[in-house]
Amino acid sequence: MVEIKTADELNKKFLREGMWPTIFCNGCGHGVVLEYTFWALEELGLDMDKVIFASGIGCSSRLPGYINADGLHTTHGRAIAFATGIKAADPDFHIIVFTGDGDCAGIGGNHFIHAARRNIDMTVIMINNFIYGMTGGQLAPTAPLGSVATTAPYGNIEHPFDICDLACALGANYVARWGVSHPYQPIKSIKEGLQKKGFSLLEFLAPCPTAYGRRNKLGDIKKHWAWYDDNTILIEDYEKIMTYGSEEEKEQVKDKIQLGVFQDIQKPGFFESYEKLVDRLKEKEAKTKEGKK
Amino acid sequence: MKYKRDPTRIREILGKKVQFILGDMACVYGGLLAGCSFFGGYPITPASEVAEGMARMLPRVGGTYIQMEDEIGSIAAVIGAAWGGSKSMTATSGPGFSLMMENYGFAVMTETPCVIVNVQRTGPSTGQPTLGAQGDMMQVRWGTHGDLEALAFAPSTVQECMDFTIEAFNLSEKYRNPACVMTDGEVGHLRERIVIPDEKDLKLIDRVTANIDKKKYIPFTNSQTRKNCKVPDFATFGTGYRTYVTGLTHNEKGFPATDKQPDHERLVKRITEKITDDADKLVMVEKLNLDDADIIFVTYGATARPAESAMEKGRKNGMKVGLLRLKLVWPFPDKLVTKLAKDVDKIIVPEMNLGQIVHPVSEYACKHCEVVSAPKIGGEMHLPMELYKYLEGK
Repeated sequence: MVEIKTADELNKKFLREGMWPTIFCNGCGHGVVLEYTFWALEELGLDMDKVIFASGIGCSSRLPGYINADGLHTTHGRAIAFATGIKAADPDFHIIVFTGDGDCAGIGGNHFIHAARRNIDMTVIMINNFIYGMTGGQLAPTAPLGSVATTAPYGNIEHPFDICDLACALGANYVARWGVSHPYQPIKSIKEGLQKKGFSLLEFLAPCPTAYGRRNKLGDIKKHWAWYDDNTILIEDYEKIMTYGSEEEKEQVKDKIQLGVFQDIQKPGFFESYEKLVDRLKEKEAKTKEGKK
Repeated sequence: MKYKRDPTRIREILGKKVQFILGDMACVYGGLLAGCSFFGGYPITPASEVAEGMARMLPRVGGTYIQMEDEIGSIAAVIGAAWGGSKSMTATSGPGFSLMMENYGFAVMTETPCVIVNVQRTGPSTGQPTLGAQGDMMQVRWGTHGDLEALAFAPSTVQECMDFTIEAFNLSEKYRNPACVMTDGEVGHLRERIVIPDEKDLKLIDRVTANIDKKKYIPFTNSQTRKNCKVPDFATFGTGYRTYVTGLTHNEKGFPATDKQPDHERLVKRITEKITDDADKLVMVEKLNLDDADIIFVTYGATARPAESAMEKGRKNGMKVGLLRLKLVWPFPDKLVTKLAKDVDKIIVPEMNLGQIVHPVSEYACKHCEVVSAPKIGGEMHLPMELYKYLEGK
C-alpha cells in the first residue's frame, strides 16, 4: 500500500470521480469534516468496499456522493433507519451516516433516539451548522437562542437541542463533539468512533456563512470561523474552570459550547446481542432434540 | 453471519405441510419460503401477527427481525437491508401504510426490491382498527408523489396470503420495484387450511446482480447483461461496485441530475416502462363463468368470496352471471376489462370502500357497458344476498 502523505493524494484515493465540483459554498465547514473522515479511514486502513455510507437530506447528506464507496442518499431524517437495515444485511459492513442538525435532531430525531438506544452498530457524523442551509436558512432545532433565521426573523426563542447530551443519556457507546479548525483531535475521535461496536456519535460544529452567518452578523467568513474558537471550550478546561476558577472566569465560560469526548463505554452492540440470541435459540433447540432421543 | 437461504431449515421451522393457520401467519410463511432474511416492523392492528410470527421464526432461520420505532423506520430499514443484499419485507395497515408512502416512493425511484404486506383496514385516520376493509387500493397506486407503477396483489384466501407473498417477492426481485400484498383484516384474521408447496414446486426469482467489469458497470440503465430489459443489474452494497443510490433524479451513473429534463424523463419512463412493457404477462386473474355471461362481478380480495356466492345463486336462478377476480390488481388488467365490457351488459364492482377499483374498471370499460359500484364500509363484509340484489338491479 502506498503511504498517503498529502491531502491531494488522500482525495485521489477517496473522492468519487465525476461528481466534482461540490455543492458547497465558500467558507462552508462540510468539506473539512469529509477530509477528517478520509484521514481517519486512511489511518485505520479499512476496506472501502465494506464501508457503506448513508445520509438523509440537506447539505451534509450530500457528502456520500463525493466518496468513492457505496452510498445510500435517502429521505429527510431517515438515514439512520435505512442504515440499520444495511448493517443487518451484512455484519461485515462499517456504516457511516452523514447527517445534519435538521436531518438528525429535527425530522429524524426519533430514528436517532432508537438507534442510539438499541446501540445499533454505526457511526453517525452529525454536522451542526445551526441552520437549514440547503433550503435557504430556516430555523434549526440546534439554533442558538436569539439567532436569526428566515423563519425566526425576530430571533429564536426556542432552546437549542444538545444532541450529545441526548446520545449520552441513551447510553450510546461513544459520543464526541468537535469543531472544524483543529484537525488532530477530531480525526483521532472519528477513528475511535469507527472502531467502536455499537452506536457512536460525532457532532461537528461547522460554519455556514451563506445561510447562518449572513443573518447573524457573521457573514464575513474569517469572522464566522473565529466565532467557533471564541465560543467553544474543551470539556477538560470547562470542568477545571467550573471547579477551581474564579466567579469571573466561570461567567466567561458558562455559555460556551463544550468540545471533546463526552462518553466512551463498552455496551454490547445490537448485532452482537442478536447473535447471542440466535446462539441461545440453537442451544435450546439442540437440548430439546437431545432430550427427545 | 450473512444469511443464506436454507430450504431444509425453513421447512423444519414452518412445520407440517398442511396446516390450519391465520392469514397473517401465511404471509410470514410466504416470506420465509421466498428467502426473506430481514423484517422491520411496527405493531399495528390487524397486521401485528405478521411481525409476531417473524419475530419468532426469523432468528431461527438465520434472518434478522427488528421492531423499528415507527413505520417510516420500518420501510427505511427494509430498503436498506435490500441494498445490503437481503430479501426484506415489512407488514402494516392503513395508518402505517400512509406513513410509509414517502419511502415507498424512494424504493420506486431507487429501484429497490422489497415487499410490503398491507393488512388493510379503513379510515380516514384511525378508523376501525380491528375490522377489515379495502381502504388503500388507490393509495398503493397513487399515494406517493410522482409517477410510478405499482405491483399489488389481493389475496382472497389464507393460501393466497402465502402464495402471493412469495409472488410479491418474485415480481419485486424481477422488476426491482416494491411489491405489495394488499390483504385485509378479514383475510388476515381468517383461519384456513394451507398447503405449503414442496421445494421443487417453488419458483423463486432473485434479482440479477451485477457481475461485469466494475469499470464498465452502469447502475441505473437498461440491464447490461440481458437484451431488451429495462431492469438494471443490481450492485449489492459491499461487492465493490461502489454505487451511489439517491432518491433525487439521477443520471444513468446514479449522479444527481435534478435540473435536467431529459435525465428525469429517461429515468422515470424507464422505471415505469419496465413494468408496463410486461403488462400482458402481468395479468393474474381468476375467471368464473365468463364465456356466456351478460352480467359480471369484477372483484378482488375478501370481497370475491360473497361475490362468488351471489354469482352461484344468480346462476341457479337462470341469470348469466360471471366473475372476474383480480389476483394482481396493479398493474390493472386494462385490455381484459375492455374486452369483457364489450361482451357484457353490466359490470358490478363490490368493494369494502366507497368505490376505488371501480374507477379503473369504468375507465377501461370505455362505456361499452354499464359499470355499477357496490360499496360497503363499516368493517363488515358484503352478504351474498346484498350482492345478489345488485344482480336483480335493485
